[in-house]
Amino acid sequence: MAEIELRDDRDLREREAEKPHSPVARFAAGEPLKLDAGVELAPFQIAYQTYGTLNAARSNAVLICHALTGDQHVANIHPVTRKPGWWETMVGPGKPIDTERYFVICPNVVGACMGTTGPASLDPKTGEVYGLDFPVITIRDMVRAQAMLLDRLGIDTLFSVAGGSMGGMQVLQWAASFPKRVFSALPLATATRHSAQNIAFHEVGRQAVMADPEWKGGRYFAAATRPHRGLAVARMGAHITYLSDAALHRKFGRKFQDRDNPTFSFDADFEVESYLRHQGSTFVERFDANSYLYLTRAMDYFDLAADYGGVLARAFRGTPTRFCVVSFTSDWLFPTSDSRAIVHALNAGGARVSFAEIETDKGHDAFLLDEPELLAIVRGFLDSAAQARGLGAAAKG
Amino acid sequence: MAESARAPTGARLDHLLVADMVEPGSRVLDVGCGDGELLKLLEARGVDGRGIELSREGVNECVAKGLAVIQGNADTDLADYPDDAFDYVILSQTLQATRHPRVVLEHLLRIARHAVVSFPNFGHWRIRLQILFGGRMPTTPNLPETWYDTPNIHFCTIKDFRELCDVVGAKMEKAVALNAWGRPLRLNAPWWFWNLLGEQAVFLLSRRPSDRHA
Repeated sequence: MAEIELRDDRDLREREAEKPHSPVARFAAGEPLKLDAGVELAPFQIAYQTYGTLNAARSNAVLICHALTGDQHVANIHPVTRKPGWWETMVGPGKPIDTERYFVICPNVVGACMGTTGPASLDPKTGEVYGLDFPVITIRDMVRAQAMLLDRLGIDTLFSVAGGSMGGMQVLQWAASFPKRVFSALPLATATRHSAQNIAFHEVGRQAVMADPEWKGGRYFAAATRPHRGLAVARMGAHITYLSDAALHRKFGRKFQDRDNPTFSFDADFEVESYLRHQGSTFVERFDANSYLYLTRAMDYFDLAADYGGVLARAFRGTPTRFCVVSFTSDWLFPTSDSRAIVHALNAGGARVSFAEIETDKGHDAFLLDEPELLAIVRGFLDSAAQARGLGAAAKG
Repeated sequence: MAESARAPTGARLDHLLVADMVEPGSRVLDVGCGDGELLKLLEARGVDGRGIELSREGVNECVAKGLAVIQGNADTDLADYPDDAFDYVILSQTLQATRHPRVVLEHLLRIARHAVVSFPNFGHWRIRLQILFGGRMPTTPNLPETWYDTPNIHFCTIKDFRELCDVVGAKMEKAVALNAWGRPLRLNAPWWFWNLLGEQAVFLLSRRPSDRHA
């Protein structure tokens, strides 16, 4: 058959939106999240995971910001997919972000679908799922919500904020919005603004979702349908942008999938087709289609310099934060030139900044993978920052 | 560079000399910082150090050591730094590898009040003898590459460098010439003596107040 096979774990995933397998911080009607769109979100909730122990001085907290399709399950088995956490190479006991030394917090972002309020959550005014009635959110809104969570947890200053891609955008926004609350920052494979090419890719993905007749103008919950085919196509397209020509060639080449000859049909003859179909079908099991629209939009709207009169250096003027910026040679979605622009602005602002470009053929996704050079750099950067912060080697309890 | 002369502590002698020219507690940019050895030495002396390095391996090694180093090029990237961003800029054994030494030197004195510049002296007697009697481009233990492989495209002598300092209006605060074993030559020696016997030179320069860019 030529179409994508889909397994439906609808109930499992959709339960996570309201009652997640994570601690939840609830903010009542009197504690609204003020959004850039000019409206308030209230009440709302943030689902988050923590690892390690906060020390007595409350000085060893590390905030991890997840990427577009990530979530708070950084270093534990995912409750829906049953797979390991998305950053287990980086976060855990003895890992570069060492949970025996640091208290690691990762919240699900506003607008997502794993327990923090988003379009798949219930609108308290109607008792129905928000859908497109959910307000459009920005990267800055995500960061504001995270700051409210930290206030709730009694954490004033973060030892570090780390994240790649959309997570890196949040890291930069944190450093710009709350410089005194961020001791060190690790923006990886990211940019201070989304490029026209990246907005274009996102638009293709959104159009794929909206072209699915089962999307129903965003009201698919009421219609008891799900736009899985559209969302799977969006994911397939996006997934290509996370890899590189060289990596696709190395992994798949022109190899056939379970056959020796072409079938002269539109079946998945090639391994790469089969791989992408698999990526699409597993993605829809764990992700809400409307959330995908909202989060891609938040990335598109991100332009840090625009908030500072078009001068990026102003966003970081006199910043006390120390930065470590990392890019990857084969990342064409967030190329090294984007990272250089960040470094340039930080230097002009007098910031203490390290910048490394890592040679790899793994493309944008390299920040998530087992890249020994990346791991060594993050470890070295954090060790030296910990020394400057007066965090001992075993800063537990 | 080949093996450098080292102090009993393991520190390179030329690094110690450079480090001694830098006030403790100041802000320093090391241009062409290699594997970060000099920056480490400076940070141990309480200096707030930053680095630029061309080679990716060098940068990644520095960052993994916790140093604030970025990948960049002395010829193109110094222009990005604002005026007076640092107290000192160090250009250690790098000037001869830049495309435009004069422009680089001008930038050094724009982004910091002081510049420390070290370079191999092409006026050393052994180099003069190689050209005179060998008739070929000289190579030395410190400069082993052949003319077609070397990254060093702008060699100069101590005398040449002093002239460049005059051209860009730099004030020479201190100058030291090192012999082939990395030890400083007699301080009261005349310039011609240094130019003949110094294998490398280290200059501490400062900007003349009148040369301040408006």
